[in-house]
Amino acid sequence: MLREAVLRDEKDFSACSIFGMMSPSGKRVNGEPIIRAMANMRERSNGLGGGFAAYGIYPQCPDLYCFHVMFDDHVARKQTEEHLRRDFEVCDSGPIPTRPCDGVENPPLLWRYFLLPRSTDDCDIGEEDRVVRVVMEINVKVDGAFVFSSGKDMGVFKGVGFPEDIGRFFRLEEYEAYLWTGHGRFPTNTQGWWGGAHPFNILDWSVVHNGEISSYGINRRFLEMYGYSCTLHTDTEVVAYAVDLLLRRQGLGVEEMAAVFAPPLWSEIDRMEEGKRKLHAALRQVYGSLLLNGPFSVIISNRRQMIGLTDRIRLRPLVVGSGRDFDYISSEEAPMRLLDDTVSETWIPWGGEAVVFELKEEAVPELTVPIEVFRSEVPLAARGTGRAEG
Amino acid sequence: MISYLWPRFLVERDLRRCIRCGVCTRQCAFEVHHLYEEEDWVYSDESACVGCLRCVTLCPTKALVVRPNPTQPPPNANWTTEYLQNIYKQAETGGVLLTGMGCDKGYPVYWDRMVLDASQVSNPSIDPLREPMELRTYLGAKPDSLEVERVEGRPVLHTKLAPQLELAVPIMFSAISYGAISYNACESLARAAAELGTFYNTGEGGLHRNLYRYGKNTICQVASGRFGVHADYLEVAAALEIKIGQGAKPGIGGHLPGEKVTGEISRTRMIPRGTDALSPAPHHDIYSIEDLAQLVYALKEATDWEKPVSVKIAAVHNSAAIASGIVRAGADIVVLDGIRGGTGAAPTMIRDNVGIPVELALAAVDDRLRREGIRNRASLVVAGGIRCSADVVKAIALGADAVYIGTAALVALGCHVCQRCYTGKCNWGIATQDPRLTRRLNPDVGARRLVNLVRAWSHEIMEMLGGMGINAIESLRGNRLKLRGVGLNQEELEILGIRHAGR
Ligand code: SF4
Ligand code: SF4
Repeated sequence: MLREAVLRDEKDFSACSIFGMMSPSGKRVNGEPIIRAMANMRERSNGLGGGFAAYGIYPQCPDLYCFHVMFDDHVARKQTEEHLRRDFEVCDSGPIPTRPCDGVENPPLLWRYFLLPRSTDDCDIGEEDRVVRVVMEINVKVDGAFVFSSGKDMGVFKGVGFPEDIGRFFRLEEYEAYLWTGHGRFPTNTQGWWGGAHPFNILDWSVVHNGEISSYGINRRFLEMYGYSCTLHTDTEVVAYAVDLLLRRQGLGVEEMAAVFAPPLWSEIDRMEEGKRKLHAALRQVYGSLLLNGPFSVIISNRRQMIGLTDRIRLRPLVVGSGRDFDYISSEEAPMRLLDDTVSETWIPWGGEAVVFELKEEAVPELTVPIEVFRSEVPLAARGTGRAEG
Repeated sequence: MISYLWPRFLVERDLRRCIRCGVCTRQCAFEVHHLYEEEDWVYSDESACVGCLRCVTLCPTKALVVRPNPTQPPPNANWTTEYLQNIYKQAETGGVLLTGMGCDKGYPVYWDRMVLDASQVSNPSIDPLREPMELRTYLGAKPDSLEVERVEGRPVLHTKLAPQLELAVPIMFSAISYGAISYNACESLARAAAELGTFYNTGEGGLHRNLYRYGKNTICQVASGRFGVHADYLEVAAALEIKIGQGAKPGIGGHLPGEKVTGEISRTRMIPRGTDALSPAPHHDIYSIEDLAQLVYALKEATDWEKPVSVKIAAVHNSAAIASGIVRAGADIVVLDGIRGGTGAAPTMIRDNVGIPVELALAAVDDRLRREGIRNRASLVVAGGIRCSADVVKAIALGADAVYIGTAALVALGCHVCQRCYTGKCNWGIATQDPRLTRRLNPDVGARRLVNLVRAWSHEIMEMLGGMGINAIESLRGNRLKLRGVGLNQEELEILGIRHAGR
């Protein structure tokens, strides 16, 4: 399998485009706008990987885990299904709908499963931990199978190709989400492998990431101590697991997570007032191995939040903007202007400063925003695929 | 009995340069040089020369050259000079061969078989002259997770961390006892540690009262002989270290000859003047791991749980399992001392044949602790054969939190690694108690030289980190992707957990 070739390298090196949009009030929109946004940043990717995460797309069964899985062949699929049946009741399953699309070649088998965890006597380990364990098991043990999405009421769609082509391939115009993130990839040294595209996902967490994490070696070894096996050998996978560990399993807040990933300098910590200083010093002492060192900008999402963050010395771009219905985090400002006339204010966060957009408490993600709220009357084809509009 | 030994060194004096000043005669405690003023003649008895180069360094006219004696036994790959001379020595004395400093055999030095990474294009390197570069390191037990509470929306730390040592640079000075080295050498180390924001270690010889003022930068050792261990000693230290073993002589205790036990040393060690200070091979209250745990907790109790407790072991075959036991026994820091670690005196056979290179032990221990999920419960410090800043960087990348330097520190003070520390005649005023010799090491100058050395290394470490695109030392720690092996076989690569260069 192609993955073997990828595994030879401990990790890939890439420079990328990232984009995220979220409606705090839970308004949903289909995949068309984000495809257009990604197309606008085409220069930042090279056709070796593109992908999307969408939240709120399976409202008919929001409480079932939905696994998106890629297979080399049906043997791998059968094996995986055996695995799944051990821990889950499979409520529904089938191929993920796709359409043939220029620029998207040799897709693997793409299937999805709606799953209900079986109750178990094993009370040592919670339901979510069990799901994580199953994902890890399949990804490590089943040759030719890879679970690339495992959350509830959300899904990841990704593959080898330019993001806009991947979006069309997966027919994303047929899904409606209140939170979309997208990624275009420019890997410098690995062959494209479908599983290696972004976003990376575990449970509800998904990560799109631009950059190269020089601390990957130790980040990975630290996570391994907590039972995460980094099968993909990319730094983004590490970010996804680190988020899961800190926020879900250890119950830290987003602010603390940002202070772990991109901590203030010791000289700054020394100047903080007592309580804050103790907190930040302890975070660095205890989680120093999770410091993400090296250039990165990242968008981390779950069902209620979209979080943007850059490295402590901000070596990769990140722009934030807010429109009437949607908030945006992006590698560049152009695509948000392209999509949304109502974006009034944009700003660039400090290195290490987490930007957090949250679903309003009362927000019930059901309303569907008609596509017309966005500006783009002109069909995509007429715009060309290259540059930002001046 | 006629001695069959022949001189190891030749001392050559350029008579056109020599001004018969007598400096060499006064400088050499081994009495190699003899000045005959009436005859206007200087003579050298080469058989006593140890090659410490003190005379060469101080000769005002640079008239001296000391070089290995070209006179050799008939060529033989097995029966080399070293083996022949050892046998003659023992045939003449009937004694155990003694030596000083670390193993000088040619076992592979894995530091020299690993190379470091640097970033190109996709990941900018960082210039430490223009950007912050952080070396600060904390040694001590870390919890598995932190609990943070929200009080009025603000995060408040709930977890109380175990006591930590704060190091401005991840380099400390190894345990070297007062007795093995002079008071001036101890003071140089103490003052340098204080100025650098790091720590030095008393070794097993207690702590001279005058040095109590550097307590904040002192790690006090508790060894099997318990020399100089009392309430004040424990109280004044920043951390305590239980010495189980030493890389230079795993499995045996220390031996300070009575000649070195002068008044001050007898007071500090709390033993009678002139008696041999023999520390037993094992701690006689530690015959197993649970006994070690008791001592760890006894020391913690005795110091109100305010100080980290470290346990130092020699790197041996099953270090990984031992280290795991030590962590579970409650140690906050585990020190691994490798086969190339130094000593003031050790039987040559032990020094040269017992123990393993610290690089391998470090890799194995770090792996094992991670596999058991307890790596964060203790910091890992390595000692034994760290010669330069690149060795430090490689040790940290393999998984160490910090390193101890011993020999390197003494070299900074003037040591030329002549391996004659056990004679008590160190011409550099380091491994001696002879006031005529100890005077040669001025603590002002000594401290300055040590501070210079560590500062220089820190700059180099920062350059290497910056080159890798890393700006904090914790991102290097255990980051073995930054290492590649050169000329290593599959097994070695596997133990070190690194890949071969080119991969
Ligand atoms: S120190 Fe140099 S100049 Fe002085 S006596 Fe010795 S060899 Fe001659
Ligand atoms: S400390 Fe002195 S005696 Fe020992 S090796 Fe160094 S120079 Fe020689």
